[in-house]
Amino acid sequence: MSVLIDTSTRLLVQGITGRDGSFHAKQMLAYGTKVVAGVTPGKGGQRFEGAVPVFNTVAEAVHETQANTSVIYVPAALAASAIFEAADSGIGLIVCITEGIPVLDMTRVLPFVHERGARLIGPNCPGLISPGKSKVGIIPGNICQPGKIGVVSRSGTLTYEIIHQLSTNGLGQSTCVGIGGDPLIGTNFIHCLTAFEADPGTAAIVMIGEIGGTDEQQAAEFVKESVKKPVVGFIAGQTAPPGRRMGHAGAIISGSSGTAAEKMTALANAGISVMKRPADVVPLLRERL
Amino acid sequence: MNLHEYQARDILRRHGIPVPPGEVATTPGEARASAQRLGGKVVVKAQVHAGGRGKAGGVKLANSAAEAEAHARAILGMTIKGLTVHKVLIAPAATIASESYVGIIVDRASQRPVLMVSPAGGIDIEEVAAKTPERIHRLAVDPRYGLLSHQALGLGFALYGDLNQARAAADIMQKLYQVVYAVGASLAEINPLATTPEGAVQALDAKIVIDDNEVERRPEIAALRDVTAEAREEVAAREAGLTFIKLDGNVGCCVNGAGLAMATMDLVKYYGGEPANFLDIGGSSKAQKVVAALRIMTSDPRVKVILFNIFGGITRGDDVANGIVQATHELSLKVPIVIRLTGTNEGEAMEILTKAGFSALTDMDEAVKQAVARAKGTAA
Repeated sequence: MSVLIDTSTRLLVQGITGRDGSFHAKQMLAYGTKVVAGVTPGKGGQRFEGAVPVFNTVAEAVHETQANTSVIYVPAALAASAIFEAADSGIGLIVCITEGIPVLDMTRVLPFVHERGARLIGPNCPGLISPGKSKVGIIPGNICQPGKIGVVSRSGTLTYEIIHQLSTNGLGQSTCVGIGGDPLIGTNFIHCLTAFEADPGTAAIVMIGEIGGTDEQQAAEFVKESVKKPVVGFIAGQTAPPGRRMGHAGAIISGSSGTAAEKMTALANAGISVMKRPADVVPLLRERL
Repeated sequence: MNLHEYQARDILRRHGIPVPPGEVATTPGEARASAQRLGGKVVVKAQVHAGGRGKAGGVKLANSAAEAEAHARAILGMTIKGLTVHKVLIAPAATIASESYVGIIVDRASQRPVLMVSPAGGIDIEEVAAKTPERIHRLAVDPRYGLLSHQALGLGFALYGDLNQARAAADIMQKLYQVVYAVGASLAEINPLATTPEGAVQALDAKIVIDDNEVERRPEIAALRDVTAEAREEVAAREAGLTFIKLDGNVGCCVNGAGLAMATMDLVKYYGGEPANFLDIGGSSKAQKVVAALRIMTSDPRVKVILFNIFGGITRGDDVANGIVQATHELSLKVPIVIRLTGTNEGEAMEILTKAGFSALTDMDEAVKQAVARAKGTAA
């Protein structure tokens, strides 16, 4: 089993003819994801890789192909509009890879997505993968293995590092979700923890957080109250100085709030096994499984 | 991106918020002329992207134009939290009857712009929040409708008992809300929002932080960037498309991805070393980016070793390997390089590096341990 995406995922790629969109659409096809449509305004009628029909609008693509999930690779200036369009066209799961969307745009996008009953993952995220079933986004498929560990993370390459540690030690994954490094995101830790807790195919959960905000602290409270499965956690940014954005727009210690130490304490108090370094993930999981 | 106080005051004034006059000076002579034009007592305020200007001696009261000139001479060129002061703001020293706080931030928890007001103005709002949280009033604004009149007036009455002052404050709040969306601010605050003995409500000091993601689509805001007010390496990094933050250690870190970059710094510390910087070379790394990264890191003589930690996803290992080789041709590197590289095109990358006489590891912990040992001079 898995969460959010599986073999019933029918994927639409917004920005399929662009540099990033076309590269990753090929990778997703090669992984076995059912890529049923692409959208690039003005390129309707073409076929991507001779197989995937391209449409001018998301509404048309959904009508013709019954796509139920969309992944967005369009440039930052167009990305908010792409999310509005996907939500307005009945897409249930929208995954926005694009980095650099202004946060004020997101204050308008998020209530709209919510009202349309859609779920947004990201923006500024690597997407998600249910190994052996479906990949939506940019997580390299070759580092993943099917299995029973659920992974949820605010990061990209740090997630790959953790997945790599898991796979090379025989711990496969049910689903890996990158929720994104921006301050305003569509799906948070609690949403993913809820899904993993309910998923019979997930035996344990790895959550990878970082400095900035209070999402990890709220997630820790939630784990204490509502998660029975073992949870192992990591927080990046123990050496980050306050007041500086550490690459991700959301990774910033404001005043004395949002530090790694504060988050690690919150995780530990909730009964989560806290890693000191990425290589601790395997031994800590083995202790709890 | 931070704006200077004088820039923020200009923006507020253009949106109809009452702001007392003020002039910018870059020399003591200009400061004297400004003080003469304004007349009476003036304040000389350092324009620098750092908090705690007052405590650092960057804000002084002058009773005459000559005194303003002397203060400007002392403040211009002074260093506050590592940043040199190049400009001062000269403003009339107002007689203040009361000081309040009005600010708008984009709140992560409610995912909305949140208006915060407090009758305890003039001091650090974080301090007020920590010591007397009941003195801060908050309102999460629905961005579809904006800040409604009755909401603003309600908060106006939280600041002032007088109807005219409450109305004036409400009007300022609604205009400040418009400023946020007009300039792409992630924070806009007026502190203090002051009343004069005659009862007028005015913005005496203003702070605006622009969301970095807004700058590209707003050329008029991009033009306000003052590169002389930013750290030199950070300007060079931004121009090369890198994210770089200087720290105090001696292990230079060059990583792809922000989360992995933070985790690498943390691991350097875990093994007893001190990271010299945060540096994310980004997703699709070109060789030229690696060259720029190496140039920036090695410009600091304290850096004793450069650690590369590359997990190839979108980033191709061979691109980074080519960058390292190219950089060693272009720059005469005096410090050792420790490379950890795995993922996409790992095989090609290893071949490129081996041919050029480098060795690379695939394990992150091993690489960090080696780099720390090199920095301490204890490597075999």
